[in-house]
Amino acid sequence: MALLNRIFGRSESSGKVASERLRKVVVQDRANVSPQTMDQMRTQVLNKLAEYMEVDEKNSSITISANEGSVNLVANIPIRRMKRGKH
Amino acid sequence: MGEVVVVTSGKGGVGKTTAVANLGVGLATLGKKKVALVDTDIGLRNLDVVMGLENRIVYDLVDVVEGTCRLRQALIKDKRYEGLYLMPAAQTRDKNAVTPEQMRKLCADLRSEFDYVLIDCPAGIEQGFRNAVAGAQRAIVVTTPEVSAVRDADRIIGLMEADELDDIKLIVNRMRMHMVKRGDMMDLEDIREILSVPVIGVVPEDEVIVVSTNRGEPAILEGKARASQAYQNITRRLMGEEVPLMPLEARNGMVGALRRLIGLDKA
Ligand SMILES: Nc1ncnc2c1ncn2[C@@H]1O[C@H](COP(=O)(O)OP(=O)(O)O)[C@@H](O)[C@H]1O
Ligand SMILES: [Mg+2]
Repeated sequence: MALLNRIFGRSESSGKVASERLRKVVVQDRANVSPQTMDQMRTQVLNKLAEYMEVDEKNSSITISANEGSVNLVANIPIRRMKRGKH
Repeated sequence: MGEVVVVTSGKGGVGKTTAVANLGVGLATLGKKKVALVDTDIGLRNLDVVMGLENRIVYDLVDVVEGTCRLRQALIKDKRYEGLYLMPAAQTRDKNAVTPEQMRKLCADLRSEFDYVLIDCPAGIEQGFRNAVAGAQRAIVVTTPEVSAVRDADRIIGLMEADELDDIKLIVNRMRMHMVKRGDMMDLEDIREILSVPVIGVVPEDEVIVVSTNRGEPAILEGKARASQAYQNITRRLMGEEVPLMPLEARNGMVGALRRLIGLDKA
């Protein structure tokens, strides 16, 4: 079957399939950041943002979400007030 | 002061023990180094049989850390290769019989007497892995060109980097060139790119490994065999020599033999 598919150009070689699956799964694995690291990163991001704006830290969330081989940092940070001058 | 190199993988059965045995013999013979091989696979020791030294065990790693014997007493001298010693793992204990702290101390003691200390790591990411990496300055990660093995390699590379062990090199073992050629096996570039770790060598799938393991004589000195040549090259790279990677094209049979003979191909 695989051979037939290949003859008719319908399927990728299994080596390519393996490397694509591997790329995706590795991205997913690496996105499993430990809670401590996540907390540390969250604090650092909010501190940096504080130079430019006043944000609502209590209602902020920063998470990593991984699906379909793409990993995104999803941040939802309500801004209370922009600071003057620094932008 | 010698170097402690841990050979690890995450996944089992990818060739760690075989690598430790061959590199150990390589460093002792080609490099004329003083080498200690330490089996940390407590409960599932294997390095002793791969080395053909299973009949000479009196004391083991756990005896040393528990103070039942002195360090020297647990080091079996391999009479075939000047400067090569093996410290076997305990067979009737479990991984928790040793702590990372004890391993650090043991590695420090061995380093002062040997040029190279190679640590054979058990599979997994639990205590046995923690013990094996604890005293190491360098790591060699062994993988095969399969999704599960490379994925596990990525995991343990992450764990070692988090532990600030970041001199990490990769061996891709059991490469089947004819399968790579027809597209049915990941090639070196794929793996290198995904793991982004420098490659210290590629070892082909080779029957010589099975035959030599049957006999308890590491294959590295088996003249022409491709896996032997690969391990000789890795030995040199481990000692800091610049040795180009073998061409990945499999040239089997007459043409390959001829090309190697006239020096067109490096094995
Ligand atoms: N390059 C190779 N070609 C053929 N067989 C190999 C090769 N490398 C390892 N093997 C075989 O694979 C099996 C597992 O190897 P081993 O070194 O015990 O792995 P690990 O220590 O990672 O569990 C052994 O039977 C060994 O002989
Ligand atoms: Mg093993």
